[in-house]
Amino acid sequence: MSHILRRQGWVAGLFALLIILFIVTKLIQPGYGSGDFGSLARAVLPYAFAVAAQTIVVIAGGIDLSVAAMMALTSVTAASMMAGASEEYALFVVPFVLAMGLVLGALNGVLIVVTRVPDIVVTLAMLFVLQGAALLVLDAPGGAAAEWLKATIVGTVPIPGLPDTVEAWLPKALLLLVVCLCIIWIPLRRSRLGLSIYAIGSSELAAFRSGVPVARTRIAAYAFSGLFAAMGGLALTMSTGIGAPIPGPYLLASVAAVVLGGVALGGGKGGLLGPIVAVFVLRLVRTDLTLLAIDPNVTAIIEGVIMVAVVMFGAFITMRSRQS
Amino acid sequence: MSSAATVPQAPSFGRRLKRFMADRPIVPLVILLVALVVILQILRPGIVNERWIANTVKFAIPLAILAGCQTMTMLTGGIDLSVGTVATMSAFIMATQIVNQDPTVAFLLAMTPAVLIGLVNGIGVGVFRVHPLIMTLGTSLIGTGFLQVYQRTVIASGAKIPDFLNWLGTGVSFGFPNALLLFIPVAVFIVFTLNRTGFGRLLYAVGDNERATRLSGVRYWQVILALYILSSLLAGITGLLYIGLIKAPSLSLAEPLVLPSVAAAVIGGTSIFGGRGGYAGTIVGALILTVLTTLLTILQMPEGARRMLFGAIVLLVTAAYLRITEDR
Repeated sequence: MSHILRRQGWVAGLFALLIILFIVTKLIQPGYGSGDFGSLARAVLPYAFAVAAQTIVVIAGGIDLSVAAMMALTSVTAASMMAGASEEYALFVVPFVLAMGLVLGALNGVLIVVTRVPDIVVTLAMLFVLQGAALLVLDAPGGAAAEWLKATIVGTVPIPGLPDTVEAWLPKALLLLVVCLCIIWIPLRRSRLGLSIYAIGSSELAAFRSGVPVARTRIAAYAFSGLFAAMGGLALTMSTGIGAPIPGPYLLASVAAVVLGGVALGGGKGGLLGPIVAVFVLRLVRTDLTLLAIDPNVTAIIEGVIMVAVVMFGAFITMRSRQS
Repeated sequence: MSSAATVPQAPSFGRRLKRFMADRPIVPLVILLVALVVILQILRPGIVNERWIANTVKFAIPLAILAGCQTMTMLTGGIDLSVGTVATMSAFIMATQIVNQDPTVAFLLAMTPAVLIGLVNGIGVGVFRVHPLIMTLGTSLIGTGFLQVYQRTVIASGAKIPDFLNWLGTGVSFGFPNALLLFIPVAVFIVFTLNRTGFGRLLYAVGDNERATRLSGVRYWQVILALYILSSLLAGITGLLYIGLIKAPSLSLAEPLVLPSVAAAVIGGTSIFGGRGGYAGTIVGALILTVLTTLLTILQMPEGARRMLFGAIVLLVTAAYLRITEDR
């Protein structure tokens, strides 16, 4: 009971932090409005999917170093397939790329199970492989995205009966994020498989002895991670309109947000909500620093220091609670 | 796999071979290295000569020192991903400060960020118990930020590579790369530290069973702090050597060495979970990766395919190695 309280307390604390940050933002830039919130949601989108991909693997007691490379590969694949193709063709591209992410993620899992090499090494090797594959697909940023796909994250959600002022705070990107995550996460969390994922992360031996199919569960966790990463890749293509073969800073950001979100790196603890809120917090900090007209390079330093400080604080709290 | 174990009096040849390889993990690695060199010689007859060997060793040395940082941190169950940034920082600061400063001052300035980053890593991992992967990724991000800000302050003064570093990084005397003058003491130091000093024993102990180590009165945070500062210092020195080899100071100079350095330590048989491994295997691992890179360049693979194969081989070697050594 106290454990649940502590976990929810962590997420609630993050929400409070997010609200404080919004207030700070409003103080710095009194003109900060719905349009800026929309662009924040769009900026968060690829990060949020990367974090979701990392979260599920970390809960299962692993780590996925190939998240960013997977996003790069799926992004260039989608962009190069859609280049010069008709609008309708994209209807085929999206499921294809998602399936690709699922399969490549499952491959990660299969390799870990079959070779028995530590997951950190397998996903590191996969990082090389996926990066290389992305370079083979497109050796320079390029490709294109279908117009309707780009439009799905621009603008706001029209809901009849709501005044425009409220509607303006519901960007499509946010809706897309919530829908995509909920569609997968909520059924998964309530299913047997979801419970198994938590079980193998908590104690693999205990899970095995209780009859959890450890190998299958691990593969499934990595497959879902790949699926989320593919969504992230698509989100990248959707927001930029092209695909870039060089992975972005999503690996570090995903791990930091996972920790900040209250998911123990040992596995078996935490949920998806915390890390997602953490992503918003981290991105909003960046927005604030930009609004304060701070040199972007100094921004990178401050962002890093904040990330490290928060992680240190989190580790300190965990240590204290373990001792008492 | 264990069916042979039930007949203790007559172990099969395969099992004896396995046991031999498990006891001497360096043997399969050397065999692999030789095999790679032989393949290279078959593909390009005559390429393997004195000059080629000197060149390979020259490029393997910076990788091997960085992989030494990984070996030591991995022995405690950690990892140091900030080595690339630390090496880049010390190299860049050295190349820009040497223009106006005394070499000693420039050297001290170049090593300052290394000490600082090592200190922060050590405090984060040892005192606050942050996971080393995140801590070192974070400090490398911060370091890169500082380097970018610093770059703008020295943009007018330009950069040059000190002659001594040039000599050390690139020069060859009597068929031996001068870099060995730096590497051999470093390698002896690491091997000696790991095998013959109390500190080295503590690294193994911490990685093997941290709780037991702490209950035996070891101050965990002191060991970790010393370890990460040492690792950072070695990375800083590698940066100085590397700038003499590459001769083009940039903000991402040593960054491409980070993942191969992890791979070299892993191929060399150091367990990423701690407690098992050594530096001799890591050196062979670094040589294997360097020869492999040459091999792929000669095969004229496109950059993408080269990286893919590189990843696949890292995985295969590690898996094969695990198979051979796991029946202890």
